[in-house]
Amino acid sequence: MTEFPILSLIIFLPLIGAALVLSVRGEEAIVARNARSVALWTSLITFALSLFLWIGFDNTTAAFQFEERGDWMPAYNISYHLGVDGISMLFVLLSTLLTPICILSSWEAIKVRVKEYMVAFLLMETMMVGMFCALDIVLFYIFFEGVLIPMFLIIGVWGGPRRVYAAFKFFLFTLIGSVLMLLAIIAMYFMAGTADIPELMAFGFPASTQTWLWLAFLASFAVKLPMWPVHTWLPDAHVEAPTAGSVILAGVLLKFGAYGFLRFSLPMFPDATAEFAPLIFALSIIAVIYTSLVALAQEDMKKLIAYSSVAHMGFVTVGAFSLTVQGIEGAIFQSLSHGVVSGALFLVVGVVYDRIHSREIAVYEGLIHRMPAYGLTFMIFMLASIGLPGTAGFIGEVLVLVGIFQVNTWVAALTATGLVLGATYMLYLYRRVIFGKLTKENLMKIMDLSPREIAVFAPLILLVFFMGIYPVPFLDVMHASVDNLINNFELARAASDGVALAGR
Amino acid sequence: MPSVNLPNLIPALPELFLVCAAMALLMLGVFQKSGAKGDDVKSSRLISLLGIVTLVLTLLLVLTIAQTGTADTFAGMFVTDAFAVYFKVFVLIASAVSLVISQDYLERQEIARFEFSILVLLSTLGMMMMLSANNLISLYVGLELQSLPLYVLAAFQRHDLRSTEAGLKYFVLGALASGMLLYGSSLVYGFAGTTDFAALASTLTGPEGEMPSIGLVIGIVFILVGLAFKVSAVPFHMWTPDVYEGAPTPVTAFFSVAPKLAAIGLFIRVMIGPFGELVGQWQQIVIFVSIASMALGGFVAINQTNIKRMMAYSSISHVGYALIGLAVGNEVGIQGVLIYMAIYIFMNLGVFACILCMRRSDTMVENIQDLAGLSKTHPMVALALAIFMFSMAGIPPMAGFFGKLYIFLAAIESELYTLAVIGVLTSVVAAFYYLRIIKVMYFDEPVDALHKPVRREIGLVLLGTSAVILLFFLAPGPLLDSAQAAAASLFAG
Repeated sequence: MTEFPILSLIIFLPLIGAALVLSVRGEEAIVARNARSVALWTSLITFALSLFLWIGFDNTTAAFQFEERGDWMPAYNISYHLGVDGISMLFVLLSTLLTPICILSSWEAIKVRVKEYMVAFLLMETMMVGMFCALDIVLFYIFFEGVLIPMFLIIGVWGGPRRVYAAFKFFLFTLIGSVLMLLAIIAMYFMAGTADIPELMAFGFPASTQTWLWLAFLASFAVKLPMWPVHTWLPDAHVEAPTAGSVILAGVLLKFGAYGFLRFSLPMFPDATAEFAPLIFALSIIAVIYTSLVALAQEDMKKLIAYSSVAHMGFVTVGAFSLTVQGIEGAIFQSLSHGVVSGALFLVVGVVYDRIHSREIAVYEGLIHRMPAYGLTFMIFMLASIGLPGTAGFIGEVLVLVGIFQVNTWVAALTATGLVLGATYMLYLYRRVIFGKLTKENLMKIMDLSPREIAVFAPLILLVFFMGIYPVPFLDVMHASVDNLINNFELARAASDGVALAGR
Repeated sequence: MPSVNLPNLIPALPELFLVCAAMALLMLGVFQKSGAKGDDVKSSRLISLLGIVTLVLTLLLVLTIAQTGTADTFAGMFVTDAFAVYFKVFVLIASAVSLVISQDYLERQEIARFEFSILVLLSTLGMMMMLSANNLISLYVGLELQSLPLYVLAAFQRHDLRSTEAGLKYFVLGALASGMLLYGSSLVYGFAGTTDFAALASTLTGPEGEMPSIGLVIGIVFILVGLAFKVSAVPFHMWTPDVYEGAPTPVTAFFSVAPKLAAIGLFIRVMIGPFGELVGQWQQIVIFVSIASMALGGFVAINQTNIKRMMAYSSISHVGYALIGLAVGNEVGIQGVLIYMAIYIFMNLGVFACILCMRRSDTMVENIQDLAGLSKTHPMVALALAIFMFSMAGIPPMAGFFGKLYIFLAAIESELYTLAVIGVLTSVVAAFYYLRIIKVMYFDEPVDALHKPVRREIGLVLLGTSAVILLFFLAPGPLLDSAQAAAASLFAG
């Protein structure tokens, strides 16, 4: 362990920031101001540090990098083991990027209990980054579950009118999936005699137990992702959460499920994955078509975007379970771009919500006349969400479709309808909110984007175009790891087929 | 000179010290000035302080004696091993902390009398005897010594109808349980011919596949019922909610930690020690009791409005989790129980310290709704209570998660999958009502603020317990190691 522990630093720096924020005392206005700046600076420094991960990242290897290992519970062979590979590294960056943006976006929107709010966000950043870096399965679970605490408080304390219901639904849905996963984790731990993720990947679980373990993991990841039919917590949580809470929820928390599938289900249970892939395809297609139609009927902007998230995550699962290089890379890319785009769309809704305090689509009309910059921003993210070529959304969706087309053309065709439906509900939303005549009294004096809001959106717009026009740096990072994942998967499948043949 | 065969007193030294100190304090209390207003308060303060000192000294003695390793005395009736030491340490901590947080409440309710501390000391002595019992007779003596002061404590608020009712109820049902236990013991003695744990264990180790005599099994079932009463496991839990609600709050705090810990310790020792060979006979009963406790504790607590009553159901469900470890019946399982119970007492002491802060213009309030908006009026108390609630719900990284983790580790290792799945699902149900407390504190607006200043000693207890719960994950090693040693010592004999 001579290397600099950069991952630990990235994980625990927000925690130190949170402690600093907690220690701020004095008058309320001053406390709020100091808490905001401490939180912003902490998260900005964390983001800058996480950029070193990308700079120092070796694209040629599938091995875990920046590894750290320390004794934790030696009697149980459970250790503090961290590391990133091509699959997790970009997710770490996504988390560290969205946190400062969230803090900046809630600069004026949050007026009560600012201190606690900032502490909750920094705590969440620690948990999110830790989750993506953990290479010990117990450690992973702790971070995975720990996220519930700050998110529960964020929805419940700073949320909308039905916040209590939404917070409980979010918490209990996620918990019930997670505890089943915990049992599977314990069972794996006893079978393999280790909690180390790389060792578990190499272990090769017997085919008979894979089914049960895979289903237990599905219970957790399907809720988190969310997949149809356990997605119902998501619209509630999104609608009631404050804007920044929605951004983190859509941007990072949903990716936990995608990451979980790629980190655990695929490499550790290849037989069960192959067996259940049709189930996943079916659920994903339902998610894509059904939730797109539901989105079309929404009256609430946030709810519409929430349903569109479920549809987009359907693409991710289709890509991941296509088990082709393009499909998996597309799934990761789609996760990242969805993190940026849907996060940005929630921020876009947040802008008008801060001014008018309503998310009803019918309340708005003809905003382009008063807010041209806003209209442009909205349009960019709306088109990125549809998957227009040149934006981030396009690359992910195309890769997923290329991947799945090699496996099953019907699944590909049905999934592709999501693109059309996505364009329908997004353009319909945009037309109703932005275009038309500006006749409503309360919209006459609405102000365009403030410099702070421009600062929030500018990096996201740049990223959307960067990812859409030149995606190579992103794909290069994940390529070696994805290749390795697929090779191992095929080896394991071939081995178990061999066993099955020999058994005949 | 006729030689007197004096037994080796060293293994029982902490108990001997505690009994002498309790008597001395009783004398001291009796001869304090009394009569005038304020004299009672003064003497109770003095005895309480000395009582805490006594418990701390006893704790040090226990730790010193523990260095010498396993030893028995009084013709094998009394044993000191790592298992007994582990439980005694936490029982003593629990009793001492209970005394610390009681005094203020007693004075406010004008029931501050020095007998309170003496009763706690004597009951603690009984618990230590139980934990060291190595014979059905010393077990019973210890159990009764523990129970009798508790009956009095439950009714300590003499002028309050609920408190006296709680005392009476506890006494009647407790006596019934003791009777069952005694009856079971006599059956076991009749069929096995001995009351000594070691002798019982070797008698019961029959040839493979041979069924033990039916009378013996009935005896064991009666003993099990008696012990289930004492740990308040379903279906012998009925007394718990009423007693918890009716007894004065510090007494409830004490009930929910020390006696529970001692009873679980005794439960384990009896089941694993003399009856360990018959695990096939009693395992299914323990599994049933465990599932029933988890489910009932989880579902019934949802509807409670009184926080003490809710904590009663919460403790029932916690006992259910602990019993999973016993149902597993091997070293890993017992280790899980030991870790679980150690974490449990810190959570519970912390929660009751918070409940003792619930005061509004000099009357105690106990409704969950009275906590509304606590995060605005008492941010620190609310934070501590939130930590305890997340911990009880088993959310990482709080200590409560690790307690559950080790229990489920044991269950999965022994392939008790159904039990484990039911366990985690009921823990989600339980999470609901723990979250409700957090909801009331953080999401609701304050209606009528609770009394402001928090007593210093209660603040310190809150700080200590919440630090233990929150930071346990940093250094779980020491507790894991001592629990492992304690579990190993139980299986060595």
